[in-house]
Amino acid sequence: MPDFILDVQGLETTFKTPDGVIHAVNGVSFGLAEGETLGVVGESGCGKSVTMLSVLGLIPSPPGKVVTGKAIFSRQDLLKMSKEDLRHIRGSQISMIFQDPMTSLNPVLTIGRQLTEPLELHLGMTKEQARERAAELLRMVGIPNGKERLNDYPHQFSGGMRQRVMIAMALSCSPQILIADEPTTALDVTIQAQITDLVKRLRDELGMAIIWITHDLGVVAGLAQRVLVMYGGYIIEEAPINELFLNPEHPYTIGLLGSLPRVDELEHTKLLSIEGLPPVLYQKPNACPFAPRCKWAMEHCWNENPPLLEVGPEHRAACWVDTRTGRHR
Amino acid sequence: MSTNNDVLLQVEDLYVHFPIYSGFIRRQVGAVHAVDGIGFAIKRGETLGLVGESGSGKSTTGRAILQLLRPTSGSVHFDGTDLVALKGEKLRHMRRKMQMIFQDPYASLNPRMTVGEIVGEPLIVHNMAKSSEVEARVKHLLEVVKLEPSFSSRYPHEFSGGQRQRIGVARALALQPSFIVCDEPISALDVSIQAQVVNLLEDLQGQFNLTYLFIAHDLSMVRHISDRVAVMYLGAIMELASRDEIYLRPLHPYTQALLSAIPIPDPIADSKRKRVILQGDIPSPVNPPSGCRFRTRCPIAQEVCAESRPEFREIKPGHFVACFFAERFL
Repeated sequence: MPDFILDVQGLETTFKTPDGVIHAVNGVSFGLAEGETLGVVGESGCGKSVTMLSVLGLIPSPPGKVVTGKAIFSRQDLLKMSKEDLRHIRGSQISMIFQDPMTSLNPVLTIGRQLTEPLELHLGMTKEQARERAAELLRMVGIPNGKERLNDYPHQFSGGMRQRVMIAMALSCSPQILIADEPTTALDVTIQAQITDLVKRLRDELGMAIIWITHDLGVVAGLAQRVLVMYGGYIIEEAPINELFLNPEHPYTIGLLGSLPRVDELEHTKLLSIEGLPPVLYQKPNACPFAPRCKWAMEHCWNENPPLLEVGPEHRAACWVDTRTGRHR
Repeated sequence: MSTNNDVLLQVEDLYVHFPIYSGFIRRQVGAVHAVDGIGFAIKRGETLGLVGESGSGKSTTGRAILQLLRPTSGSVHFDGTDLVALKGEKLRHMRRKMQMIFQDPYASLNPRMTVGEIVGEPLIVHNMAKSSEVEARVKHLLEVVKLEPSFSSRYPHEFSGGQRQRIGVARALALQPSFIVCDEPISALDVSIQAQVVNLLEDLQGQFNLTYLFIAHDLSMVRHISDRVAVMYLGAIMELASRDEIYLRPLHPYTQALLSAIPIPDPIADSKRKRVILQGDIPSPVNPPSGCRFRTRCPIAQEVCAESRPEFREIKPGHFVACFFAERFL
């Protein structure tokens, strides 16, 4: 589709380990529209972070390797770009924030130095201009006395404040796309609410597209317009936000929603748990990767891995079974 | 001290301060007020949920109850005996009846011991089984937590997070305790695995008539598993009530803000909610704010809140709250 600002096609990434090659991402395709917030949900090891790191060329190689695929951004394929060109895009047009703000900030440089670096590098600002802009960025992400705090080091900030600094840094060059990899997972709920609120406000002000990677379906519910659910390196369901929560089609999505207790739950019901464990794929499966844990699994599921099938308007799921009838689609 | 038979654990006026030393002669210059005067009771067979943000003192409370950390002052009556006054052999004897499940299943199992040794060790230490019986007991315990008995000869690294947490549960059950402190037992696990462990804990509670203190920061899970819930902030309990009271009719502004900050996995319900977003961070427990500790972030704070500490009072039967202005939410 032409109106996607980021269009990823057939992405495959593997990691070489002493035990064999792990297929972390197995043919992932998705698009991101301008100004859209896309949630990417899945458990640890499902390939959600690796997908985004692959797109940005941040997979350590070796052991990692992007085997095949395309990632079209402003008519260029990010996966074929030289390291130099990619570095210009990263941090200026596409930027990323990570889960742990302490390990992603340099502890021996002041916040000011770390904030002004991309401004001088990508936008060619002078030192004074960059400091001016950095203070403004800190104000924008809700850090009071931005100007004085530029001289502080990361350890002088709390977890929530550090994540605000990371966001300020990511936004410094007004990117078109912000990729957020579990940015609130390490934070307390009251601080998480502050950060998601801040991101929503900035999104509306700046009109950037956001890819929000998380394992928390609750965070996605309040933030995203469309959601991808990943499992075993595949996208197994894709739907607009309300559709996904009202009519989940894939047994894994149904299980995931059922295994969450709700803070607004009135009656005590037993949680639906998904038995078994997520797979580690040493080879690309010929069967549905979820089949061993699926209560609806039928013969076809063990013989052929289902592709993403159209199951409703803008709603696709990779499952042979219609869970409402229990029959083959 | 109430002699009510229903009460298994009674905590009164519990303080845990960690001294801070500084200077050449290591003089004490201050203290971290980790737990600052809390009191509650847990009834036999019930689950008390203890929630709060990081640094609120909830784990310290759990450890101080089991005497893994000695409280600075206060009393902890377990089955009528004050644990704080006990030491040595007598305390060790009481420990049989109270066990703990830890947060990190990767750090709480010795990597050089087999599962059989880990689960069997408490039995040997407390002379609860002859060495010839240990193996059979271990196999039975593994079955109870829904693991294969044949796993007993394997090492912890061979297991996933959820399975390791089951091993931790089996170890806690080995001495047939009546009380278990669950210190964030699921927060290191993936969502689909969390439900497995919580369901197991619920099953075991019914099976062995266990009493739980369930410590967590995930308020949705606490609502799911608890009968009553206590909300902690900066070393003090702000509110304590039955599960439905806390979640449906919270009276403390902190509880209200905490509840409204939890994301609900339902976009339609989520968009209808009123959100109270707290400003700022949790203050340092080294010098907590004067008066009410929540006043620096409280949306309804007034002058009196800085002057004196609000009493933790029973505002209606079974519903305790530490706020001067809780009446306005009744």
